[in-house]
Amino acid sequence: MQWEAVIGLEVHVQLATKSKIFSGAATAFGAEPNTQACPVDLGLPGVLPVLNEEVVRMAVTFGLAIGAEINPYSVFDRKNYFYPDLPKGYQISQFADPIVGRGHLTIQLEGQPPRRVEITRAHLEEDAGKSLHEAFAGKTGIDLNRAGTPLLEVVSEPDLRSAAEAAAYFRQMHSLVRHLKICDGNLAEGSMRCDANVSVRPRGQTELGERTEIKNVNSFRFLELAINYEIERQIHILDAGGRVERDTRLYDAERNETRSMRSKELSNDYRYFPDPDLLPVHLDEAFIESVRRELPELPGEKQARYQSEFGLSDYDAGFLTQDPDLAGYYEAVAASAGDAKLAANWVMGELSAALNRADLTPDACPLPAASLGTLIRRIQDGTISGKIAKGLFEKLWSAGVDGQTPDVDAIIESEGLTQVSDTGEIAAIIDEIVAANPAQVEQFKTGKEKVLGFFVGQVMKATQGKANPQMVNELLREALARQD
Amino acid sequence: MSDIDIRHLTALAQLKLSEVEAEAVAGDLARIIDMVDQMQAMDTEGVRPLAHPLDTAARLRPDEVTEIVDRDLYQAGAPETEDGLYLVPRVVE
Repeated sequence: MQWEAVIGLEVHVQLATKSKIFSGAATAFGAEPNTQACPVDLGLPGVLPVLNEEVVRMAVTFGLAIGAEINPYSVFDRKNYFYPDLPKGYQISQFADPIVGRGHLTIQLEGQPPRRVEITRAHLEEDAGKSLHEAFAGKTGIDLNRAGTPLLEVVSEPDLRSAAEAAAYFRQMHSLVRHLKICDGNLAEGSMRCDANVSVRPRGQTELGERTEIKNVNSFRFLELAINYEIERQIHILDAGGRVERDTRLYDAERNETRSMRSKELSNDYRYFPDPDLLPVHLDEAFIESVRRELPELPGEKQARYQSEFGLSDYDAGFLTQDPDLAGYYEAVAASAGDAKLAANWVMGELSAALNRADLTPDACPLPAASLGTLIRRIQDGTISGKIAKGLFEKLWSAGVDGQTPDVDAIIESEGLTQVSDTGEIAAIIDEIVAANPAQVEQFKTGKEKVLGFFVGQVMKATQGKANPQMVNELLREALARQD
Repeated sequence: MSDIDIRHLTALAQLKLSEVEAEAVAGDLARIIDMVDQMQAMDTEGVRPLAHPLDTAARLRPDEVTEIVDRDLYQAGAPETEDGLYLVPRVVE
């Protein structure tokens, strides 16, 4: 039997506000337990929630960016369930009337055409607190700092057909919310979490198979691994003539498997009803238009511009626009260097490698864009060779790490890195080397072209890598041709 | 109208009722549902569901941190705390 996977994702985007969705308590990450949980977050009697206007603006920003309908009238509901990290016994969410309606996101896998993934809706809700099960014997510790943190839950249609597509969608969502500056995108701190609904069906069948839900994945790689595991698990059951049970599962990264949570037999009966503590949200056209005017350039638009304006390939433009900070850095380097393609090569190559090695994000790049721009300009105008430039890059990087802003030209000057482009000087060195290596000259004359590399190496050694390589090649061929 | 699963409802509400209590509550609920059935007979075609009895829009507040959290005060009423955490009976095996 040929099986087809059907996947839908629910992505929880933590909105980057200063205060909570319904209270004036802080949302900063990493505070001491329960020092950011005020009476509203604790669900103490007599408190009332008041909606944060920034949360509304961010949700509308997101909605417009995915081409969605913004609902002029949306309602907050209570989703009822019992868990110790949910003090009120209900989560304030949106059910029948979410703030953002149908939209879409375009994903692209390497070497494949772009694909449009439909988004069903996006609604606002409050996060729950955190339960710590390990630290206390027979007890669970509860930290309610996260309770009331604003979330935008984005629900996709079951449009995704592979784990790779699901990961691409999650990545694209991550890139989008960072460009929109509505989420810090910090996966390790849980700023974006994802639930995956996974089912399989015989290829060609339109009816959906029974699905399971993998909860709370906060890494692109783990999402892909978890879904692949789950697809395999379900196919294995079906191939053996079994039946997939509807289930909620957790991914265990250490064992690379999903496991049943077995806790929610009674769930999915949340008895939603409108929260009487909150009035419906009315949005007028003028407000929506004002948000639309403030929309930044979206990743897809930026990618298209890099291709048309800078002549970059689809792949390069996609790479550089994935992270808004890297894109901003690249544009500054390109402007300073005056050569957008060479700038792209350096940012994608040496710079990205250095950032990775140092485990730094682009916004924390220690090397000023102008310094890298100057370095590239000096390659362009022939002052330094590409090889020398790589060594110089390392020097500039180290200086940046030490908190200095080095003067690129001064270093080239003081360290004598200037490329030797003086024909006479290079020719003299070549003559010496040719005279000192008669055996290799003989080999070259019998047609061994490879020996040229040996001579180039010798010249570079003699000039400490500073000879202009193009000139060395030309002059060497001439010199060798003169040998009879 | 008597197909009320009273055990399912008490489980959802986390209530422990005796047989006698459960029977009484089921009777009350049946009468409430009868009333709802009468309301369902109304023609509500084209009427937007009422989300709130007050016919006005939500007032929003600016995104500012205004709450100073006095953890000791808020935890004074909690049955058990440790290291700043609220402690509850263990909820997972």
